[in-house]
Amino acid sequence: MTNDKDITTDTKPEAVKPSAGFKAVDALLILMMILPTAAGIALKVLFTPQSQGIEIKGALIYFTLNTPVQPLPIGESQVNSWLVMLTVTALALFLTHGIRAGVPTKRQYAAEWIVEKCEGLIGENMGAYFKGFAPFIGAMLILSALSSLMSLTGLFPPTSDLNTVAGWAILVFILITYYKMKCGPVVYLKSFGEPVKFLAPLNIISEFATPVSMAFRHYGNILSGTVISVLVAAGLGGLSESLFGSFGQTFPILRVGIPAVLSIYFDLFSGLLQAYIFAMLTMLYVSGAFPAEEFFRRHPEGIRNAE
Amino acid sequence: MLELAIGIILGACALGAGVAMIAGIGPGIGEGNAVAKACEAIGRQPECRGQVTTTMLMGCAVAETTGLYALVIAILLIFVAPGRLVNILMENVGK
Repeated sequence: MTNDKDITTDTKPEAVKPSAGFKAVDALLILMMILPTAAGIALKVLFTPQSQGIEIKGALIYFTLNTPVQPLPIGESQVNSWLVMLTVTALALFLTHGIRAGVPTKRQYAAEWIVEKCEGLIGENMGAYFKGFAPFIGAMLILSALSSLMSLTGLFPPTSDLNTVAGWAILVFILITYYKMKCGPVVYLKSFGEPVKFLAPLNIISEFATPVSMAFRHYGNILSGTVISVLVAAGLGGLSESLFGSFGQTFPILRVGIPAVLSIYFDLFSGLLQAYIFAMLTMLYVSGAFPAEEFFRRHPEGIRNAE
Repeated sequence: MLELAIGIILGACALGAGVAMIAGIGPGIGEGNAVAKACEAIGRQPECRGQVTTTMLMGCAVAETTGLYALVIAILLIFVAPGRLVNILMENVGK
């Protein structure tokens, strides 16, 4: 990537007029980014039953698949995470659409910036051996961030369902175990006897506590934001009714605007922070699980590959 | 009699949720300490601001875990446990 930039500094980039077909594909990709959210809202409007007042409830269930083992309910959290995946795919296609060596465009700079940031994050936190983790961590970051930000549009954020986050945490647990096994099962089993043999049960418990705490942390933060926002909205509705109800006004005037302030913290800040923390903990746990010294003692060629 | 039993279940669930949230004290104190120290560090070395802030947020999020366990327990006690317990009561006593 850096080579391409060097070339363009001496030769002025020629202005290429985008053809009509190029623009049409661009428009299609932008539509693909926006349409999933619109489709999600439409689905939610179609399926939400008539209700009075404010209530806290779980995800809606759109339909149930009949599998041989047991009925599989397809709910809001599954559908919304598929929509997020579509959006991310469209975003990636849009950023790399019409990418050419030597003629950088604005979106190419944006794409390069994202890739460089991800690789920098990996290099800083995991070391050179884990170079290949950059796409995984980047995908996890954007998936988690967009899932949490979905609550800004009024949709059910998939991350406030324990199942979604528990799935990611199990994936991380598998990765941790895989990298602990890198020097064979004997070294893996021995690692439970550290620092003293009789602490092995505690080590096994803490092994399983890692994915549980990761899942609960992400899920609890997003869910608590939802619960508190709903409680505040309900309280403001009651307050405005008792204050202005005697004037014959039924519209909950206090509910306008004030809950949005909470949304800045709970939806924007907390959602993005949890995405960052989930990715950060994944990196720390996975690189911490890898027995680097032992592995490089057995595979000296691995050091050269890593550097 | 059945009403009394259901009332006790609902009341005990609500009380249990309240008691569970006492765990919120710990993370509160811990995170307060972390932020205070981070402020001191930034005051001493303003050029490290970015790194100190990211490390502090990371530590805060990890320290928050116990509080979130309590939150999950409280939410289960409020939204899930009463229905389950009343169902069990109905199955065993109600008929």
